[in-house]
Amino acid sequence: MVDFFHQNLSYFLSGISVGGQYALIAIGYTMVYGILRLINFAHGDVFMCAGLIMVYLSASLPFAISIPLVIAITAVLGFVIERVAYRPLRSAPRMSVMISAIGVSYLLQNAALYFTGGLAKVYPEIGFLSRSVDIWGATTRMVTIVTPFVTVALVLILTFLIRHTKIGMAMRAVSRDFETSQLMGIKINRVISITFVIGSLLAAVASLLYFTNYASVTPTSGSMPGLKAFVAAVFGGIGSIPGAVIGAFIIGICENIIKGGASIFGIPGSGWTTFSDAFTFAFLIIVLIVKPTGLFGEKSVDKV
Amino acid sequence: MSRILELDSVTMQFGGVVAVNDLSMHVDEGEIVALIGPNGAGKTTAFNCITGVYEPTNGAILYKGNAIIQNHPSGKMKRLYAGLEPDKFSSSKVLNPTPDKITKLGIARTFQNIRLFRSMTVFDNVLTAMHMRMNAGIFSDVFRISHAEEARMREETEVLLRRQSLWELRDELATSLPYGKQRRLEIARALATKPQLLLLDEPAAGMNPQETQELASFIHEIKDEYSLTVLMIEHHMDLVMRISDRIYVLDFGSLIAEGTPKEVQSDQRVIDAYLGVAENV
Amino acid sequence: MDREKRNHFIRLFVAIAAVYGIVLVLEMTLRPTNMLFTVLKKGAIYSLVAVSVNLLNGFTGLFSLGQAGFMLVGAYTYAILTMPVAVKASDRVYRYYDCIVGFDTGVFVGLIAAGLAAALFAFLIGLPVLRLKSDYLAIATLGFAEIIRAVFQWDVLGPLTNGANLLREFKDLSRITFPFTDIPVPQTFFVFTVCGICILLIVLLINSSYGRAFKAIRDDEVAAEAMGINLFVHKELSFVISSFFAGVSGALLAMFQYTVQAQQFRSMLTYEILLIVVIGGIGSISGSCIASFLYIALSEWWLRGLDMGTFLGIHAENIFRSGFRRLVFSVIIMVIVLFFSRGLMGDKELSWARTSAWLRRTFRKREAV
Repeated sequence: MVDFFHQNLSYFLSGISVGGQYALIAIGYTMVYGILRLINFAHGDVFMCAGLIMVYLSASLPFAISIPLVIAITAVLGFVIERVAYRPLRSAPRMSVMISAIGVSYLLQNAALYFTGGLAKVYPEIGFLSRSVDIWGATTRMVTIVTPFVTVALVLILTFLIRHTKIGMAMRAVSRDFETSQLMGIKINRVISITFVIGSLLAAVASLLYFTNYASVTPTSGSMPGLKAFVAAVFGGIGSIPGAVIGAFIIGICENIIKGGASIFGIPGSGWTTFSDAFTFAFLIIVLIVKPTGLFGEKSVDKV
Repeated sequence: MSRILELDSVTMQFGGVVAVNDLSMHVDEGEIVALIGPNGAGKTTAFNCITGVYEPTNGAILYKGNAIIQNHPSGKMKRLYAGLEPDKFSSSKVLNPTPDKITKLGIARTFQNIRLFRSMTVFDNVLTAMHMRMNAGIFSDVFRISHAEEARMREETEVLLRRQSLWELRDELATSLPYGKQRRLEIARALATKPQLLLLDEPAAGMNPQETQELASFIHEIKDEYSLTVLMIEHHMDLVMRISDRIYVLDFGSLIAEGTPKEVQSDQRVIDAYLGVAENV
Repeated sequence: MDREKRNHFIRLFVAIAAVYGIVLVLEMTLRPTNMLFTVLKKGAIYSLVAVSVNLLNGFTGLFSLGQAGFMLVGAYTYAILTMPVAVKASDRVYRYYDCIVGFDTGVFVGLIAAGLAAALFAFLIGLPVLRLKSDYLAIATLGFAEIIRAVFQWDVLGPLTNGANLLREFKDLSRITFPFTDIPVPQTFFVFTVCGICILLIVLLINSSYGRAFKAIRDDEVAAEAMGINLFVHKELSFVISSFFAGVSGALLAMFQYTVQAQQFRSMLTYEILLIVVIGGIGSISGSCIASFLYIALSEWWLRGLDMGTFLGIHAENIFRSGFRRLVFSVIIMVIVLFFSRGLMGDKELSWARTSAWLRRTFRKREAV
């Protein structure tokens, strides 16, 4: 066991790091689902857009300005998407809202394709984060070490926000019962907007960490991390923030160990890599079928 | 007269709420039985248990003497909800069929908050309810080999709609009908499944006095015509007292009284439940 | 049958016969490389798959995103079955593997097998997945489609699927002949015939008793169940049948493109088809068909200029460059989703009465001006 751990140390480390990045994206999914019962298909693409915006901004601005700017612009993007594509459909059937979300995802990807000309854009090296370090004999980048701490810190802040502020209370009320909280005078639209802003903020931070590691951005590079984050959210019990975070870490670590070449069932990891994405889906389906409420989700009863 | 439906110690519990508590009742063939009680007394939940929408926490439901639903709680729930005879229902295996199977047995229902097929015409709403009894497989249906059967279904639908005086409205969208007509259509749709036991969930809700009058004689008529047994939930006391043979009264999930309309009317507990008990301040 | 209904059928028959006649005449007269044929062929294939999606999403109310996966199964099945033995034995296609399928079949057997293979996959996938509710169902079917794609690219299955490499030289549109002769079948006419028959079957299904049961499930699951309709059986039926036709359309798409590769069947394809269905109107068969032809005509033909530098005579290479067409497209789609959510046809069908009423209205407006 110790041997296994030591051999795969670098994969564990990058697993924890990727898991932290997924966690930040997953929170966006899980919060929106908790409130609107909507799988925000466009969330992964918002994450991708944050990466592209960073590429363009950092070309002319120093990091001290471009990083906060990226986070701010992404938050605005999330706000605008909700305002334009979801709010008009508030009373429409659920399928229409999902189609609208798919439409937004399609639009963002095509917009990115147009502006980048379909080429992969090189992500800027953020000095401090890109530096390499040695831990227990494994060489890795600083970002790998920083990510889990950033994630945990942000999650703690978010939890505090939700537990102890007025808007947090409103969010909890809305996710519990949409109509009643509306009747109680909660400004639903404001709560939803803020949810989208928070989700996009976290996605922007995640994009900073994620793309520093992967070094390039393409129009479709948001869809896979987005999906994995979504799987994490479902695994943890959609609607639950701690669930999403724990789910994300588990998925990040498993994925990296599979990729890293650990031998499973006698087949070396390299034989499984073509399946690493398919595995995520298989995992998702198993969770949905065996325990659709996830680790921390609540069961709901349909009223007849 | 033989028992058509029997509920034996049925308990339905959601989380911490016990919606139906140890309910035992029975309906005999050819009767009109009413289930009454204040809002939230668990009447609709009892209906949902009978029709298989919910799985009761404990108890058995028998149709014509055969257990169609039987369940027993386990673990901690057992101590709380299995009553005095905790092992009464645990011996045989749990059946719990889906609602469609119960409908096939001959129990049809209507809904409190009318659930018609929104996008369909009046005619198609009733025709769809005949699908269950179709013998043709999907191939002979698609290739119209079974068109004789389709023709028969259409004929039966016509008879049913003419009988309910809905024939003139056959091409209207079901949801565009006035409220009273929608209730009638729902009953017609339930009758299309050829039930022996009809469960009506607040058939008079939202009807004006005249419509309620008509409904009373209507229920009697269909009961005789289709040799039905009727179990209904109703708030409209005039109607209940006039047409039912027996009445069960639920309050907070528990049975508080049963008997003929006269007996129930004079029962002190029923009066308390409906009017509230004067509290000593 | 009353008079009005009979007239309706006669008109419908005449209209359909006219469409096929025109296709045949066009094929005799125009050069086969004409862009029109590309649009007609691809449009017909997309019509079929859009109608199959509509059967599932529009008529049964099941939000499935697995269509690309079932098309892939159909395309591969068709390509592997109809590829001549000689080609399989040579290393022109199976360069790195030895193909284990030692026989080849005709076009029709291939098409039906393609449908059946997709239906089989759907049956198995449906068993666990169809118990899930709306958006969970969507994401689970999307997941299965991706898993199917990964499995077909897996090199362990190489002897069957040729791994991640192309399949070609099977009986594509340029290689089909009338039975027992060497006379080539007119391509567009062939595609129209196959798609026409399939769509007709779906229409017959929708108007049958089973079709009504599907619509009942869409309208109200609880009420449908209370009317004795077994939810699971009917959902599974709808899912399997829809996938059968998705499989056939996948095979047709393979015939049209001359090659098959798993990469072509990404979830983007499903999204595209779903958006076509939305444009046409969820619950309208004719809407799906019209939207398919429109979509293909716009993207393959009329809006090409948006990518090529010149559009409507305006020359602006900086704006009209590669990718602009798809951007414009996605904006149009968002506008439709948000402001015309009922699509072109809503849930109505194209009919003589409706068309003539529409024409009359339009002309009266003109006269008034």
